[in-house]
Amino acid sequence: MRKPVTFTLQLAFTLLVCAFLLVPVILSMLAGVTANFFQGLGSGLTLRWIGEVWGLYADTIFLSLLIAGSCLIVTLVIGVPAAYVLARQGGRLARIIEETIVLPIAVPGLAIALALIVTYGGIREFRISWAFILVGHVLYTLPFMVRSVLAVLSSIRFRELEEGAASLGASFWQRLWTVVLPNARPGILAGSLMVVTLSVGEFNLTWMLHTPMTKTLPVGLADSYASMRLEVASAYTLVFFIMIMPLLAAMQMLGRERRVRQPQNTSTRP
Amino acid sequence: MHGRDYPRLFVLFLPLALVFTAFFLVPMARVAVVGATGEDGLAAYLSILTTPRHFESMVATVVLSVGVTATALAVSTVAGLFLVRNRFPGRSLLVSLLTFPLAFPGVVIGFLVILLAGRQGLIGSVSDLLIGDRIVFAYSMAGLFVGYLYFSIPRVILTVMATAEKIDPALEEAARSLGAPGWRVVKDVLLPALKPGFVASGAICFATAMGAFGTAFTLATNIDVLPMTIYTEFTLNANIAGAASLSIVLGLITWAALFVARSLSGTTVAVSG
Amino acid sequence: MTPRETPPETTAVTLRACAKTFPDGTRALRPIDLEVTGGETVVFLGPSGCGKTTLLRLIAGLERPDPGGRVLFNGEDVTARPIEKRNVGMVFQSYALFPNMTVRDNIAYGLKVRRVARAEIDARVTEMMDMMHIGDLAARRVDQLSGGQRQRVALARAIAVRPRVLLLDEPLTALDALLRERLRVEIDGLLRRLGITAIYVTHDQAEAMALGDRIVVMSHGAIAQIGPPREIYHRPVNAFVADFIGTINRVPCAGSDGDPELVFRPEDADIVAPHEADFSGTVTAAFFLGDRTRLILAGPGETPVVLDTRERTAFDHGQSVAVRVRPDVRMDLAAMAEAGTAP
Repeated sequence: MRKPVTFTLQLAFTLLVCAFLLVPVILSMLAGVTANFFQGLGSGLTLRWIGEVWGLYADTIFLSLLIAGSCLIVTLVIGVPAAYVLARQGGRLARIIEETIVLPIAVPGLAIALALIVTYGGIREFRISWAFILVGHVLYTLPFMVRSVLAVLSSIRFRELEEGAASLGASFWQRLWTVVLPNARPGILAGSLMVVTLSVGEFNLTWMLHTPMTKTLPVGLADSYASMRLEVASAYTLVFFIMIMPLLAAMQMLGRERRVRQPQNTSTRP
Repeated sequence: MHGRDYPRLFVLFLPLALVFTAFFLVPMARVAVVGATGEDGLAAYLSILTTPRHFESMVATVVLSVGVTATALAVSTVAGLFLVRNRFPGRSLLVSLLTFPLAFPGVVIGFLVILLAGRQGLIGSVSDLLIGDRIVFAYSMAGLFVGYLYFSIPRVILTVMATAEKIDPALEEAARSLGAPGWRVVKDVLLPALKPGFVASGAICFATAMGAFGTAFTLATNIDVLPMTIYTEFTLNANIAGAASLSIVLGLITWAALFVARSLSGTTVAVSG
Repeated sequence: MTPRETPPETTAVTLRACAKTFPDGTRALRPIDLEVTGGETVVFLGPSGCGKTTLLRLIAGLERPDPGGRVLFNGEDVTARPIEKRNVGMVFQSYALFPNMTVRDNIAYGLKVRRVARAEIDARVTEMMDMMHIGDLAARRVDQLSGGQRQRVALARAIAVRPRVLLLDEPLTALDALLRERLRVEIDGLLRRLGITAIYVTHDQAEAMALGDRIVVMSHGAIAQIGPPREIYHRPVNAFVADFIGTINRVPCAGSDGDPELVFRPEDADIVAPHEADFSGTVTAAFFLGDRTRLILAGPGETPVVLDTRERTAFDHGQSVAVRVRPDVRMDLAAMAEAGTAP
């Protein structure tokens, strides 16, 4: 019943779109290990550029990891409990608060960075430390953690689970620790992956908030794009890809798992 | 167990409330005030209309964003519908490949455009071979367009696919059972059912494009999109009030677009680029 | 099966060796032959996964049978015809009403697609809405309708195009019990009035018995038994059919005619004096249902015996009860299978 011609045309189009997304990535990966990109692959493969990147920018990689890790801890500590509170309260107030918390996604990073600089730029110790960047990252990633946990909680009738636990004598904190958090785990996991991925790649805020002493990976990337030869910039980008690929893959796997599980939960009809 | 829990819930919510107030609400209020403390006072908020440079930048950004949104919607609908409605070997790999650039930062996408259409780019090399002329457009409006399209397509495809998967397959079968040929099924059933997805992903796409900074920054184009204008006002002209008022206006535009999207669909997709 | 005559203007449906294997290798249907007379209502009945919906979709043209299988409408081979060319009316379990159209537009859709003149569309749609008692819903959007209203719109939409065959896929499953019963009566009236060939899929035996001229009981992708409701109920060909339609008891018992077991329905036995009894059992539970009392007995066999009695007395747990099965209504599954009622 499927018309083969339209199928082939659509497949070709989809492959074309895929090529558009993929070819530049492959290009940049190759450029990072080619001796001379202008001469092409014939000039030979080399790890020289990667080595150079390591020498020049290793500290940006470590700072990015440090900030992403800290950002994850902060969003977990303040975001997960808040998501639980919002899920429990429900109602209009909770909706408004949720709407406010997600504002940092909607407002461009530039504006948030400007606001932070205008307000706290004067506190020198703070301004020149990496904590200044961390604050920006926390604001930007928090909505994803809260949303992700909230989505899972509102899909599992956790109130009934909690009431069940309460009927068995569990106290508030016991219920939170033994019933709510374990059941929210898929959301916490998805949120965590999102937070780390976004933090490692954040540029818009970070570019305004960084100082020469606090350069993150994307800031270093922008720096290298502007001032380094193409091969070094590519090698640096390659390092970045290698860092975020596992995170992206994990996120996709998590998403697929959830999609597979859903139909089994809902379909009980013959 | 209701009433007794309130103090505990309050304690659980407090850390987020404090952090958010101290580092977002207060600074945003502050910057809104700062925006009105320049030479022009409150009129600074109208500078987007009254200052020709700002107005031009605004128009260029809107035109670019609308163009990118329309193109991304068209491209992603064809590809997304195809992927939802057909099962074939390699399909899930295709889906992964089409959505993985979702978390690429804008700077990296700018660099990818340079590799594609820059001075040493692929398109230039190919065109040099074919017609003896290097085609270079990375640093123009076209380059920005390509870059923005790059980060828009994965977002839109995800939403289109999510919407399409939720459509009851019986709807299509019902239309066919009533005698509708293929094109009518698409026109009467599929496209109307996809409309919420279009609105949602369109708004996300538009908002992302309006606020995108990294790509434009890397391409260092001679086209001033709004975020670049704000950046220039702040760093080069040290016009903090101007930059503040412009960013508030930009923030309002993107927030409004996303608010529409969310109230219509309830999706959250990363806006960074 | 005696071939019946096809009344004029109705469509007989014939299936020849229709099997269905899905691309992933699942065998949904074994080769099936079936004749549906024009104007007849046939119900496909079976547990979930028995292939009844797949069989319906083969007739609809939503699936194609494996090579060799053929679908005929009044003798004409329609196997290669897609659903949009078969002129069938279909009612889906989810109703599948178009959410972007009003009730009136939904009902008019098939006629619009067929490029029927506007005036005629209006007349026909109004007629349909009156027939289904939904005239005052014309301008409503689909999401403003209740379940029962949606069901009526779905029916009106399917019959508005005057289909050759009306196909109903579990149309009442999504409704609550009370509404289900009411709509069942309505659908029954509608089918009789239209005189249209109808094929109805359900897993609900009460629905099947009420609506079907004939019932096709299915199991594991094959037909277990075809026949009028009475025949299926009283003379099931095997334990599966007997079990699926109503409750049966199987009591090991040296009956008078040397049968190793007694097979009977709960309503086909009486409580008698001990010396007249076929067997006796102990009451383990008694449910007073108003018109009768349902007893669960620990009998001579391993499985409990279910007995419906109209006796007005109360029963105590542990009480011993002597039971006699009415001789004329005893079932003999083995003999029935041999007699060849099975296809």
